[in-house]
Order: sequence, then structure tokens, then C-alpha cells
Amino acid sequence: MDPVDIARWQFGITTVYHFLLVPLTLGLGPTIAIMQTLWVRTGNERYLRMTKFWGKLYLINFIMGVATGIVQEFQFGMAWSQYSRFVGDVFGAPLAMEGLLAFFFESTFLGIWIFGWGRLPKRIHLAALWIAVAGSIASAYFIIVANSWMQHPVGVQLIDGRPVLVDIWAVLTNNTAVAAYSHTLFGSLGVGGGFLLGIAWYQLWQRRRDGIDTVDITGRVVPGEALTIPGRDRADHGVWIISLRLGAIIAIVGFAGVAFTGDQQAKLMFDQQPMKMAAAEAACQTGTGFSVLAIGDLSAQNCNQVVNIIEIPGLLSFLAKGDLTTKVTGVNDLVPSYQTTYGTTLPNNPIYGARAGQTINYVPLMAVTYWGFRLMIGFGALAAFAAIVALWITRKGTVPRSKWIMRLAVLGIFAPFAANAAGWVFTEMGRQPFVVAPNPNPSGVDGVFMFTAAAVSPGVSSGELLFSVITLTLLYAALMVVEVTLLVKYIRAGVAGAMPELAEMPPDDDSDHRDDVLAFAY
Amino acid sequence: MDALHIVWFVAIAALWIGFLILEGFDLGVGMHMLFTARNDTHRRVMLNTIGPVWDGNEVWLLVAGAATFAAFPFWYASLFSTLYVPLTLVLVALIVRAVAIEFRGKGASDRWRRLWDLAIGLGSLVAAFGIGAALALTTTGLPINANGDRVGGPFAWFNGYAVLGGLAVVGFCLVHGAAFLALKTDGPVRERAGTIVRSWAPIALLPIVAWVLVIQFQHGKVYTLILIVGAVAAVTWAWISARAVREGRAFAGMAVFLLLGAASIFASVFPTVLPSTIDPSFSLTVDNASSGDYTLGVMSVVTAFGLPLVLVYQTWSYWVFRKRVSESHIPAAHFVVPAVRK
Ligand code: HDD
Ligand code: HEM
Ligand code: HEM
Repeated sequence: MDPVDIARWQFGITTVYHFLLVPLTLGLGPTIAIMQTLWVRTGNERYLRMTKFWGKLYLINFIMGVATGIVQEFQFGMAWSQYSRFVGDVFGAPLAMEGLLAFFFESTFLGIWIFGWGRLPKRIHLAALWIAVAGSIASAYFIIVANSWMQHPVGVQLIDGRPVLVDIWAVLTNNTAVAAYSHTLFGSLGVGGGFLLGIAWYQLWQRRRDGIDTVDITGRVVPGEALTIPGRDRADHGVWIISLRLGAIIAIVGFAGVAFTGDQQAKLMFDQQPMKMAAAEAACQTGTGFSVLAIGDLSAQNCNQVVNIIEIPGLLSFLAKGDLTTKVTGVNDLVPSYQTTYGTTLPNNPIYGARAGQTINYVPLMAVTYWGFRLMIGFGALAAFAAIVALWITRKGTVPRSKWIMRLAVLGIFAPFAANAAGWVFTEMGRQPFVVAPNPNPSGVDGVFMFTAAAVSPGVSSGELLFSVITLTLLYAALMVVEVTLLVKYIRAGVAGAMPELAEMPPDDDSDHRDDVLAFAY
Repeated sequence: MDALHIVWFVAIAALWIGFLILEGFDLGVGMHMLFTARNDTHRRVMLNTIGPVWDGNEVWLLVAGAATFAAFPFWYASLFSTLYVPLTLVLVALIVRAVAIEFRGKGASDRWRRLWDLAIGLGSLVAAFGIGAALALTTTGLPINANGDRVGGPFAWFNGYAVLGGLAVVGFCLVHGAAFLALKTDGPVRERAGTIVRSWAPIALLPIVAWVLVIQFQHGKVYTLILIVGAVAAVTWAWISARAVREGRAFAGMAVFLLLGAASIFASVFPTVLPSTIDPSFSLTVDNASSGDYTLGVMSVVTAFGLPLVLVYQTWSYWVFRKRVSESHIPAAHFVVPAVRK
């Protein structure tokens, strides 16, 4: 197998995996910080329980993000050395800033938060969480800046065939980065919201099934107490219903945000990477129509067999330019223009190894771009719709007794994750055959681009790459099983699982008990 | 030679030294969980001394890597791709170790805990050995060609220096970790850790001393000899303090020893960052491996602002958790009761 393909698989697998964990961290973090803020401000124990329960799940997930993030950091040098050499002048800077200005904050203050319960004054303890959350949000910014530079290289000059940074400000305020960053943050809110909603629904459903909560004739909830099981009291009902409704609102905000920022991104993409968007729309011919359903062989990387069976005239122009008439250039017209600018075959340069001289196919895998784009939007819309319905159904304070609806709510947790993964696969595979996409438009720096075929480490053999991709995939799969098992265990345990003190004695902040036994210990 | 190149060489050296001093003791503690603890409570005492800080320490490694990418992309690319297999193992070790620290306490059965203890211990060992080997090889050289790519098979990098560097870092972590445990715990763990420093330090530190001397003989300069003399003084002082049960001094002495010892290595090899064992003209130096001056300038500003801040709040976090941990502080194992009626 060609090392390029293995390295691509490895990058895809490890990054998609990392990005299943990261949006949950990003979406859940601020929510928990708000919960704890409410507790510190109101003293209402309900919010303390919320903080502790969701905080437990947050940490189980967080550690997986940390563990898989290390691979991302090393992988550029290990598998993509030629890429690292080519982009090093620009690309390393945001990564180093991410470490210095984000990861240090995040990891140090999260440690303080985890172990600081009962040891620090409440407000300082709360501040530690907010700083850690701010660190996560900042880290996402820097990495998206790095990624956006690959989509739209700015702020550099070509010197001896290599991009050299001349304007860091242009890189940090890259319009692609601003759009992608806000889009990703909103997408992460969607993930966090769906997570709260699904799990809280399950807990409320349990309370109804066990006869703890009942409804009166108007359908309004009557929260009860389960005296034999610690923690399942009235406050527990409050924990779940507030979490559920908060989750639904966050999810709706998230999806409204992605729709708005996604539209911005699409407009930028039509300008910056026209081929990617044309392939995403299966727009083979230049025109104005938006394809609702395309059939035929989308995987052929050409347009010979693609038939659009439903098309809405004008909509594509609207997405690209905001009007109904501007013609959008289709794949068939883009290919010749890419061929004249960037050549028809890979140059005879030793960096291409055995790939030198191969014909270049400028059309990305259309099945991936077309369906990736639609799955992203589809899953997002589905989850947003479900969140609205959930708000309506739970307006009287609890969920119906139906097991099927509960199952749907739990299943719904996965939709925003899927939307995120689909969006990234579309973004990254739509950029092919380039790893750094050329931007012929005036806002990019012309001539700065790199073929993926030239990016891989020349000295590393297929065997080594296979070894690492297999090892990491197996390890990741095993860890996913452990993570999900642990999450399920804590979800089933509910608040009492996250706060064992509920089963023992009432938490008493001032007793000398506090000095002897750690409030939290591994 | 460009002043910014020197600044960034020093900065990278400082990040690696920061990593070795900080993560050094928590990797050591991880290994001691296998070798030195007598029972589960001991292991929990040990783990909780590093609990709040290990992740922050690990970020030193990430930043050392990322800063190398930013400042010396050719060094980053050649070193990491040449050492593909050992670094893959380091990654696996770090992943396993990180999740093990978090997951260990989330199950109460003996099997569960023993599994994750093993993961912490072996993960720490493999990570320390692999990183030590990589650092040693970047000072003694790798078989790279004019483009900086490895010549030869996946194991062409392997030689005695790799083993020496691996042992050096493992040995240092064991002593440094024990010194940290002696400082941060009370009761039997403190005693055992103190004994380890007193009786094993001279042997465990031999490989790192050997590495320092090898580099000194190959490339040494007069001022690096002064650094070495300082390092020897520091380690002697650490050992005498350990014998006098002055745990704070012993730990600080170990840190200073590493600082001066590693500084002597970096200073000796300067201005080379990665020698080629094939042809000295292929060697990477601070001049032919670095980014442009503009990038280095930007990164200098960011680092001048960011790194002191990191030092301040990481110091504060050590101060918050300054109390010794002993068996009586460890809460009972936490059983998760499903709050769900079957
Ligand atoms: C919950 C997740 C989610 C949802 C519901 C959406 N997106 Fe999205 N989208 C992402 C999550 C995401 C993402 C995973 O975060 C991506 C990948 C790269 C990026 O910047 O964001 C992305 C990329 C992405 C891109 C590609 C940018 C590029 O190639 O660099 C476009 C054009 C859109 N989105 C547009 C939309 C539109 C018009 C949406 C619907 C109304 C939409 N997205 C919903
Ligand atoms: C934000 C930082 C990111 C950077 C800097 C980045 C960079 C890269 C690089 C260097 C490659 C390999 C070259 C290539 O095949 O084009 C790649 C491929 C890929 N990435 Fe990303 N990536 C980022 C984020 C993501 C995320 C979050 C995902 C998914 C969740 C993702 C999914 C993929 C996939 C699927 C590939 C393989 C695409 C292919 O080879 O066709 N990436 N990315
Ligand atoms: C391919 C590019 C990527 C690299 C090099 C990378 C690097 C890393 C590293 C090294 C960590 C561990 C930090 C620690 O030890 O505390 C990490 C965690 C994290 N990464 Fe990534 N990452 C990549 C993609 C992404 C993307 C696309 C995002 C977000 C948009 C992201 C956001 C985060 C966040 C928020 C964390 C904190 C831990 C967590 O959230 O679980 N990363 N990443």
C-alpha cells in the first residue's frame, strides 16, 4: 500500500476520534461552569448536584481528549515530515501558542478544580473552573487557526518555494478561521446540549417508571421522594428537569448558530475552494440549481454518471452569493482551470517518490463531500427539531412514561456527534488532492499550496505506518469501550453516584472532617 | 549566527528541562506504584501526590514538541519521523498512562485496579525510556540524509546511546520520583521513598552521569565543564540532604542536578541540534533548521508573555496542594451504587 494512503487513514481515524471527545468537552464545560456559578450565587444544593454529576462525566471524557490529543501533536512530524518542513514557518506557531496559552491553563486549572473541592474558597474554586473552560475554548481557536491556514493560506510570502510567515495577524484573523471557529463552537454546543437532554430524559423516565414522580390531572408533575435510595429526592427531580430544559435550549442555540455561521463558511468556500463546494453540491454543470438528490456513481471522482434528479433553481446561487442568478461554476468547468494552473501530472520531483508523474485528479470523492455535507446538515436539523419537541413535551415538568420516546431521546445524543464528524470529513476530504489548498482568489496568497502526495514522511516505510495505524486503532477501540462503560455506569448511578456523601452524611463544610480526608482522591 | 536562533535554542532546552524536572517526578511516581508500594492504600497515597499536577506537567512535553515545530521545523520533522517506531510506543504509553490515572479509581474490584496500576507503571516506564532514548539520539546523531530523512530501515536509529539515554531518564525519574514522594507523603510511603533515595541514588544516576560525560568528551567546552561540576555538587548535596532526612533540599538538589546536567549537554552540542551520522554536512544546526526571523520574533513575544505566567500559576498550584498526603487522608474506595431500581 502507498504510504500516503496509510498516513491519511491514520490521520483521519485519530482526528475524527479526537474530535468525538473534544466537542463534548467544549460544549459541556461552559454549561458546568454556569451550574457551579448558580450554586455559588444561590447556595441552592440542586445546582451543586448538577455540577458534580455532569462534572464527573465531563472528566471521564476530558481525559480521553487529553490522551488522544498527544497523538495529534506528534503526528505531523512523525508521518508528515515533508509537510512539517514545508509549512513549519507558519503552522507550528499556532500549535505552540495553543500549548502555551491554552493547554497550560486548561490542565493546571482543571487539576486545581478537581482536587480543590473543600480546600479552596468557593469563589476561587469556581474561578479555576472558568479558567480551565476558557483554556479549552482558546485551544480550539488556535487549532482551527492552524487548520484554516491549510484551507486558505494567508499572511505568508513564497521565498525559495516555501511559505514564510510575514503577517501573524493575518493568520490569526483569517476569515476562514473566524467562520470555522464560531461554527465549531456552536456545533459543540449542540453536542453538549444533546448530551444533557438525552441523559436527563433517561433519568426522569426512570423516576416515572419507578413511581417516584407522578402527574396530576392537568399533566403537571408531582415530584416525589424515594426514601430507600439516597439522592432520589425532590432536589433530584429538579436536577434532571433543569438539565433537560437547559440542554434543549443550548442545543437549539447551537443549531441556530451553526446554520448562520455555516452559511458564511459556504460563501467563503465557493470563493476560496470552489472545487470543494461544487463537489459538495454535485454541481457538475455551471448553473444556479441546488441538488436535493443526486444519483449515479458519485464515487468515480468525475461527473460522467452523476444525475441530479431533483434540483431547486436559484438556490445554489443563493447559498454561494446571496442572490438567485449568479452562475456557480461546476466541476466540469473547474477541472480544466485547475489543470492549467496546477498541472495535469505530479511533477518529476523526488519528494513525490514513486508517485511522481501520476495524473492528478482534482475532483474529490464526491460521495464523501456530497453526503458528508448533507449528513452534517441533516443530523443537525434532526437534533434541533428534536430539541424543540422535547421542550414542548416537558413543559409540565417531566417526560412521558413511554419507553420508546426515552430510547429516541437517548439515541438522539449521537446525532450531533455524527454531524460534527461528517462536517470534518467533508472539510478535510473535500480539500483533496491538496493538503494545503491553493487559493487563486485575491484574498489568498497565490502559489502557496501542497499536494497531499508530497506531504508524507519520505523516510518512513509502509510497514511502520501500518504498525502505528493498527496499534492506535485497536487501542482507541478498546478505550472507547472502557469510556462508554464508565459513562453508562455513572449515568445509571445518577447524582448519588457522583456524590457518595449523599448516601453517608450531609456535607458539612466546616467540620474538621474536611482537614483529614481528601474531598476528592483518585 | 543569528541571535534569535540562540534564544530559541535556549528556549527549547528550557522546555525540555522543565519537562524532565516536572514530569520526571510524576513518571517516577508512576513507576514506584509498581515497585515501591506495598498495598493499595500506598498506591493511592502515591497517585494522589501527583493527581492535581501531572497533566500540567505533561503539557511541558507537548509545548516542547510544538515549540520545536514552530522554531526549528526541520529538527522537528527529522527527529520525529526518524524515530517513528519508538515514538509510537511512547504515544501508546502516554495514552494508556493518562487514562489509567483517571480510570483507576472508577472501579472497586481488585482486578480493575491492578490492571490500571500496571498501565500506570509500565506506561511511565516506557514513556521515560523512549523519551530518554530520543533525547540522547538527538545529541549523539541519527542516520539522516541531505533532506533530513532516515536512511536504513525502521530501526536504523538503534544503538548503545539510545539505551543509555533511556536508562538515564528512567534512573533519574526513579530517584527524583522517590525524592518527591519523600517530600509529599507521610507514614510508610515516606520512609520507603527516603530509603530508596539514600541507598539507590548513586547507582540509578550512573547512566545519566555517563551520558553527560560522553557528550562532554565528544563536544565539551570549558564552560560546560563548569556546569558539570555544578551538577555534581548539586547531586552530592541532594544525597547528603536525603541522608539527613532534609527532604525539601534533597528534592531541590535533584532538580538543580538535572538542570545543570541537561544544560551541559545542550550547551556542548550547540549549535548542532541533530547530527547526521552519515555525513556531518547533513547535520541540522540552529541555522539550517530554524524558521524565519519573523516567526521566531512572534514566538519570542508570545513566550516572553506566556511562560512566566505559566510558572506563576503552576507554582501557585503546587502551593495549594502543598500538604503531605498520608494514609489517613485517603477516603474509602468509592463504590458506585446504581440509583436505579431494577
Ligand atoms: C453539530 C454539528 C454541525 C452542524 C449541525 C452543521 N455543521 Fe457545518 N461543520 C461542522 C459542524 C456542523 C464542523 C464539524 O464543525 C465543521 C468541519 C470544519 C469546520 O470548520 O466545521 C463543519 C464544516 C462546514 C463547512 C465546510 C467548511 C470548510 O470546508 O472549511 C460548511 C460549508 C458548513 N459546515 C456549512 C454548514 C451549514 C450550511 C449547516 C446547516 C445549517 C451546517 N454546516 C450544520
Ligand atoms: C483543526 C486541526 C486539523 C488539522 C491541522 C488537520 C490537518 C490534517 C492533515 C495534515 C491531514 C493529512 C493530509 C490529508 O490527507 O489531507 C488531514 C487529513 C484528514 N483530517 Fe484533518 N486536520 C484537522 C482537524 C480535523 C478534524 C477535527 C477532523 C475530523 C473530525 C479531521 C479529519 C481528517 C480526515 C478524515 C483526514 C483524511 C482526509 C483524506 O486524507 O482524504 N481533521 N488533516
Ligand atoms: C489535528 C489537530 C489537533 C492537534 C494537534 C491537537 C492537539 C491536542 C493535544 C495535544 C491535546 C491534549 C492537551 C492536554 O494534555 O491538556 C488536545 C486536547 C484538546 N484538543 Fe486537540 N488537537 C487537534 C485537533 C483539535 C480540534 C480540531 C479541536 C477543536 C476544535 C481541538 C480541541 C482540543 C481541546 C478542547 C482539548 C482539551 C481536551 C479535551 O477537550 O478533551 N483539538 N488536543
